[in-house]
Amino acid sequence: MTGLRVSPSPHRSAGLTTQKIMLMVIIALLPAAIMGCVYFGVKAALVLIQTIIYCVAFEALFAVVTKKPQTVSDLSAVVTGLLLGMNLPATVPFYVPLIGSFFAIVIVKQLFGGIGQNFANPAIAARIVLMVSFSSQMTNWAVPFWYKNSADVVTGATPLAASWFDNGSAMVSPFTFKDMLLGTTGGCIGETCALALIIGGIFLIIMGVISPATPIAFIGVFGVLTLCYTGSLTMTVYQLLAGGLMIGAFFMATDYATTPLTTKGKVVFGAGCAIITFVIRQFGSFPEGVSFSILLMNLLTPYIDKLCKTKPLGAKKPVKEAAK
Amino acid sequence: MKKLNGVHLSHDKRTQDCATANFPLPKQVIVPMSQSMGAPCNCLVKAGDTVFVGQKIGDTDAFMSVPIHSPVSGTVNAVTDYLLPGGNTCKAAVIDTDGEQTPDESVKAPVITDRKSFIAAIRESGLAGLGGAGFPAHVKMGFDPSKTPIDTLVINAAECEPYITSDYRQMVEAPDDVLDGIALVQKWLKIPNCKICIESNKPEAIALLKQKTADNNAVEVVTLPSTYPQGAEKVIIFSATGRIVEEGELPANQGVMVMNVSSAAFVSTYCRTGMPLVAKRLTLDGDAVTKNNGNYIVPIGTRLSELLEFGGAENPKKVLYGGPMMGFPVYDTDQPVLKTTNAVLAFNTVKEEKESACIRCGNCIKVCPMNLMPNLLLRAYKEKDVAALQELKVSLCMNCGCCSYICPAHKPLAESNQLAKGLLPRPAPKK
Repeated sequence: MTGLRVSPSPHRSAGLTTQKIMLMVIIALLPAAIMGCVYFGVKAALVLIQTIIYCVAFEALFAVVTKKPQTVSDLSAVVTGLLLGMNLPATVPFYVPLIGSFFAIVIVKQLFGGIGQNFANPAIAARIVLMVSFSSQMTNWAVPFWYKNSADVVTGATPLAASWFDNGSAMVSPFTFKDMLLGTTGGCIGETCALALIIGGIFLIIMGVISPATPIAFIGVFGVLTLCYTGSLTMTVYQLLAGGLMIGAFFMATDYATTPLTTKGKVVFGAGCAIITFVIRQFGSFPEGVSFSILLMNLLTPYIDKLCKTKPLGAKKPVKEAAK
Repeated sequence: MKKLNGVHLSHDKRTQDCATANFPLPKQVIVPMSQSMGAPCNCLVKAGDTVFVGQKIGDTDAFMSVPIHSPVSGTVNAVTDYLLPGGNTCKAAVIDTDGEQTPDESVKAPVITDRKSFIAAIRESGLAGLGGAGFPAHVKMGFDPSKTPIDTLVINAAECEPYITSDYRQMVEAPDDVLDGIALVQKWLKIPNCKICIESNKPEAIALLKQKTADNNAVEVVTLPSTYPQGAEKVIIFSATGRIVEEGELPANQGVMVMNVSSAAFVSTYCRTGMPLVAKRLTLDGDAVTKNNGNYIVPIGTRLSELLEFGGAENPKKVLYGGPMMGFPVYDTDQPVLKTTNAVLAFNTVKEEKESACIRCGNCIKVCPMNLMPNLLLRAYKEKDVAALQELKVSLCMNCGCCSYICPAHKPLAESNQLAKGLLPRPAPKK
C-alpha cells in the first residue's frame, strides 16, 4: 500500500484558528458597536466602516509592497479597525480615521513584524497619537440621539469631564447610573455602553478566548483603589462605568500580543493598568487614563513575562555550583 | 481534587460495546526482534526451523530487554532485516503458519516461590508495558525495596486516547484476570495498596470493578476526570496519589509503580497457563475502517494489511499504531502488530493545516499538563538556545501533544520539543 502519510503526533487538532479567534472578538465587540451607532447615528457607523476598511486596506497593501504573505484573512486587521473606530468620537473629520488606521496597522503592527509581534496594542497607540495630534477633534463628543432633533451634531460632555452641579445637599452628575450602564452619555462610539461591553467580555471568557484574570484584576483593583480614596460607593460605581474602563479591561488589556502569557502575569498587568488609570483619573490633567495605562503596561509586558513564568511540574531548581 | 491541565477530546469510543473476537490466523507473520524499550533480541531460529506457539525465538543477555516468542506454529520462512517505526533496524523472523497453533512443550505454568522467581517468570513471559511505551515489566518490578520502597501500585486504566477501547474490553470481559494479576503483583512485590484508575467515561468498568473489590481493602477504584492525557504516567500518579514525580526521578522514588490494566491481566493468565505474550487485544477503528470495527485478539506479527483488509479500509491516507494523539504513523502496511499495539486506526481524512504566526494566545501554556511554556520552547529551539531550553525544562515534555492540538497557528510545538531534546547535552554517565 502506498501513499500513506507519515507525520509526527498528534494526528488531530482542535481546529482552532487565528481567524476563528478574531471572529469571536468581532462578535463580542458588535453589541457595543451597534449601541454606539444607535446613540450617535450614521456618523458613528461611517467612522467604524472607515476604520475597518482602512485597516484592512493598509494590511493588504503592506503585504503587497513588502512581498510578504497576505494575512488579511486572519481578520486581525478587522478587529484593529473596529476597536480603533470604537475608540473615536462620532464627530471626527475624515482624515482622523485614515491617519489612525495607518498608524495602527503600518507603524505599530506591521513594522514590528506583524501579528503577534507588535509591542503595543495598535488601536490604543493610534488613539493616543490621534489624541495628542488632534486634541480638539478627538474630544468633540456627540450627544446621544442628537440626530433626532437636529441636522447638525450637538456636542456635550463625557461623564468623566462633566461638570457636576449642586442639588442643595450634594454634588450630582448630569448622568445617572442607568445612562452610564446603557451608554446614553457622551463618549467614544464604542465605549459608552458598559452593559454591552460586559456582555461581550463575558462571551469571550466563556468561549475561552480571553482569560478572566486581566479584567478581574483591572476592574477589581481600580474599584478598590477608588473606593479607598473617595470613600464613596456612588463615586466608585460612577468611575467604574465611566470612560474607557470596560472596553479597556475586556478588549484592550486582553490583547494577546501585547499582554503577558501566564495567569500570574495577567494579574500583574491588570493591577498595573488599574493603578495607572486611578492615578491619572484622580491626579492627572487628563480626565481619562485607560489608554495610557494599557500602553504603559504594554511596554512592561516583556519584563512581566520574564518574571512570571510557569513552574514546571516537578522541576528541580538548578543546583548552584559549589563555591570554590 | 487538584488536577493537571489537559484538553477535552471527543472520545470516539465507538467500539466500546464490541466484544473481543479472535482475529483469523494469518498465513504468515513477521516478528521483529525488538518490541520493547531497550536492547533488541538475537534471533534464535533460522529459515527452515519448525516453531510452536510460545516457543522462545529471540533473547538477549541485556538487562533492559524482554524475550520474544513465536505467536504461531509453523515454519520459519526467513530471518530478514526489519526497519522499525522509530527508524532503527533489527532482525525479524518471518514465519509461515501451519494453522494448527500447536503450543510449544515449554509452555507450562511457572513455579513461583518468591519475589526473585516472580520477576524471573515475568521476564520469561516477554511482558513489556502494554499501555504503549513497552517498558520491560521485569525491569520495572526489579526496584530495590530497601532504597525505593513502593507502597502503591497504580493500575493505569485511563485509556485517555480517543477510539481505543481494548483496555475497557479487558476490564468488562475479564475483570477477574485484572484483579488476580494485581493480587499477584501485590503479593510477590509486597505492595500494600493498589489504585485502579479509570476515566469517568467508562462507568460500567468502574461499577464492575468497584463491586468486585468491595471487600478488598488493599484495592481501591479511582475515577479520573475524562481529560487527556490522564493516562500519562506522571499525570495518573498525580491524579491517583497527589504525588509529583520530580525531574529525573522514576515513579519508584515516590513509592509508586504504574502498570497498565492489560499488563496486570496478562500477569494473571501467564502465571496460570505459562503462555507468554504472543497475542494482543487491540481496537480496529478509524474513519477508513468501514466494516468489522471492533476489538480483536490478534497474533503478534500479523501484518496490518490483513487487519485493514478485514476492516474494509481501502487506501487509507493514514494508519496509526495507537491513538490519534500519541500514535505512531505506519509507513508501510506490511508492518506487523507488536506487543505494544493497543489499536490500529486507519483514516481517510487527514487534516491539512497551514502554519501561521504565533499570536501569543497562551493556549499551549494553559493546556500543558507539565506547566511548560511550549511557545517559548519553540522559539528557544529555533534559536538553538540550549540554556533557555534547559531553563524552560524541555526535558519534562512527555510529547502528549496537547499544545500542538490546541494551537490556532498550528505550530509543531510537541514535535519541536522532541527535536529540542536532542540539542541538550547528554547527562554524565553514572559512576
